[in-house]
Amino acid sequence: MGQLGTYLLVLGLVLAGYGLVASAVGARTDRPALVESARRCAFGVAAVLVAANATMVVALLRNDFAVRYVAENSAIQTPVFYKALALWGADDGSLLLWNLILAGYIAAVALRFRRDRPSMFPYALSVLFTVQVFYLVLVNGPARPFGSLASPPADGRGPAPLLQNHPLMAVHPPFLYLGFIGFTVPFAFGVAALLAGDGIDQWVSIIRRWTLVVWCFLTVGLVLGALWSYSVLGWGGYWAWDPVENVALLPWLTSTAFLHSVMLQERRGMARLWNIALVIGAFALVTFGTFLTRGNVLSSVHSFTQTTVGPVYLIFLGLVLLAGFGLVAWRLPQLRTPASLDSAISREGAFVGNNVLLLAATAIILLGTTFPLVVQAVSNQQVTIGAPYFVSSVTPVFLLILLLAGTAPLLPWRATNRARALRRLRVPAGAAAVVMVATALAGVHKVATIAGFGLAALLFVTSAQEILSGLAIGRRGSRGRALRTFLRGRRRHAGLIVHMGLALLAVGVIASSSLAHATEVNLKAGQSTEFGGQLLRYQGLRTDQQPQRAVLTARVAVLSLAGRQVATLSPRMNLYPASTEPIGSPSINRGVFWDLYASVISLQNDGASATFRFYRNPGVNWLWFGGLVMALGGATAAWPARRRRSGRDQASAAERGRAPADAGAR
Amino acid sequence: MRARLTRRRALLLGSVVAVVAVIVGLLSTGLGRDPSVIASPLIGRAAPNFTLPQLTGGKLTLSKLRGQIVVINFWASWCAQCQDEQAALNQTWQKFQDSGVVVLGVDFEDTAGDARSYVNSAGVSYPVVEDAASRTALVYGLRGVPETFVVNQAGRIVDHVIGPISAGSVANQINSLLQKST
Repeated sequence: MGQLGTYLLVLGLVLAGYGLVASAVGARTDRPALVESARRCAFGVAAVLVAANATMVVALLRNDFAVRYVAENSAIQTPVFYKALALWGADDGSLLLWNLILAGYIAAVALRFRRDRPSMFPYALSVLFTVQVFYLVLVNGPARPFGSLASPPADGRGPAPLLQNHPLMAVHPPFLYLGFIGFTVPFAFGVAALLAGDGIDQWVSIIRRWTLVVWCFLTVGLVLGALWSYSVLGWGGYWAWDPVENVALLPWLTSTAFLHSVMLQERRGMARLWNIALVIGAFALVTFGTFLTRGNVLSSVHSFTQTTVGPVYLIFLGLVLLAGFGLVAWRLPQLRTPASLDSAISREGAFVGNNVLLLAATAIILLGTTFPLVVQAVSNQQVTIGAPYFVSSVTPVFLLILLLAGTAPLLPWRATNRARALRRLRVPAGAAAVVMVATALAGVHKVATIAGFGLAALLFVTSAQEILSGLAIGRRGSRGRALRTFLRGRRRHAGLIVHMGLALLAVGVIASSSLAHATEVNLKAGQSTEFGGQLLRYQGLRTDQQPQRAVLTARVAVLSLAGRQVATLSPRMNLYPASTEPIGSPSINRGVFWDLYASVISLQNDGASATFRFYRNPGVNWLWFGGLVMALGGATAAWPARRRRSGRDQASAAERGRAPADAGAR
Repeated sequence: MRARLTRRRALLLGSVVAVVAVIVGLLSTGLGRDPSVIASPLIGRAAPNFTLPQLTGGKLTLSKLRGQIVVINFWASWCAQCQDEQAALNQTWQKFQDSGVVVLGVDFEDTAGDARSYVNSAGVSYPVVEDAASRTALVYGLRGVPETFVVNQAGRIVDHVIGPISAGSVANQINSLLQKST
């Protein structure tokens, strides 16, 4: 198995190397046949990497401990499901998946441009193959997923306990990888436009939809990561401002900025330089995050330790920055744009504001994440930057983003028509005022919390109102059905749905971060405690011996103050061989408005008494739901449009082009 | 790329190169360190005593080895990195077993059968004990396997290595302890 995998990876590298050379030479010497062979080669690389990943999965399922990776990340007693997931449970295996996803994206590009090819396509293909060659070199030398063991052990170590504790491990990493690696495609086309020297405006319209898809994957990946953290780690929260979480958020912020500023370039020919810098920046941030996570620089829940690939990643990061921004410097004269803002209070002005705020958030988080590394480099002292820095500096920026998102869709392009915008602001502003007063009356005193709820209401109502009024206009004009009208203004409507999702997510974040309660109590079996208007009674401990672990389950009955049982919580402690520390699993009673969350901290006298931590977390489910709505909105915007042929549709498209306040963009 | 290299361009490109060099330079300083290494609080303290069953039968008590240098190596048959350091351990044992040095393997979270077959195939000839309930591992604050503690003749821990050892550095440590005692 190990041999087969090794050969497949060499074959993949050879094919990708050929693709790189053929597309680069084809682009420089203008030989379409070479480019075509490189394009076909993309499918070959993808097929080989499917085979390599399948080989590893088979080795894991068959307990082939002669493969070192299998011995280190799986065991005979590991359930089949988690055996398969061990493919991405550690660094070397996850690089196989990383390579596969990258090859998948390149194959998708090759398929999409099989006939109509923009002039920068050959260059884009060679950039894509360059990145693929880098990651294939990585698994052929510095990291060796199929490396063997001289004497195979009788049993393996098994996956890290935290990674075999929850089925979300099946979906969180793949979605995150789909998001991260997807940024290679916009980067490749951006760099290709710079290399080719033409199509400086064309590349953004090619790449907008790709970036939307990637953005959706990353959104889902981040939300699933937060959900995993909340459901598995047992500390009651979902975001710890851990460096590895931060570096995953950075490209999300940058690409969100790009998805807004791209409209400036498409509609007004503005922000050329800015857009290309954002796309290169997003890819550089992904590479930086990879270096930080896999380069053995950080100590974190996520960091893959014991690898020697750090310097290789760092060289690659240097090359990405040099090539990307060097090319920008080289092509600077072509990237200058003549158009300037007609008025600060206009849609264009709002997009600029949105970009400034998103980039400010990126800068704050990047600074906080890298500051400890810089201090250590300069003065050899250890400092940690914790949540308080991030929360206090990022909160105002995020509140301003809510304000801007809640008002910008009301502003027209170019000209300022304040009266009209103000008229459309009346209902949302009224809703925001009502929510703020209600929040204050309910006993909340934190200004940021009150403002946050108000701004979320403003954003939600503005977005809903704009969708509804768009549908109403459509009905008057064409007597069409609502769905059809919705689809006709799809880009704008989908964007507004994303904004509604953001409002829901914001409510979840604000509520859970500022209104949560927690308590830690020691209970004897049969004893109760009052928490958050309910009684929690410890009913005793149950022990289950499963093949791969021992599970100690504490049963906690949740009773109303009148004594009626309303729910049962069963937080657990899992004891895994090969791990000295027990791994806790929280138990959560999820609700629309709040969750009751229980963790076992310790057990005494074989469970005769136990120490629990209980949390009452409001609004957490709004966060997951809001994230889902955002991703669905993004997917709606990215869904390929049908080619319109009928005369009436063309006429209405032309009409939309003339009505800049309502059509087209969000 | 038909554009010419003007002075302005050269300056811009130069500044991009400089900024990237600074970023890469700063980040590269993080590479030399292993973030998992923390100074062990056990260093300088008396090695916690234990009595554990040997794989070959009989019991072994650490305190009875007082007066000798003891290299305590926590390992397991399922541990790939333990295979990496096996040659170094065997070499240390062969070189120093007649100079008052004991290499002692402590088998962690393993089955006796798997451990025995590993010991046979890997040519382990130094004593190996089983830490069945991981009590000793907990007392030593083990983070994982392999981990190695060097105990001097007075029974104090003088070194703690997380991850595979190298024969050279352990030999240096032993030689300096042997010199001090003479």
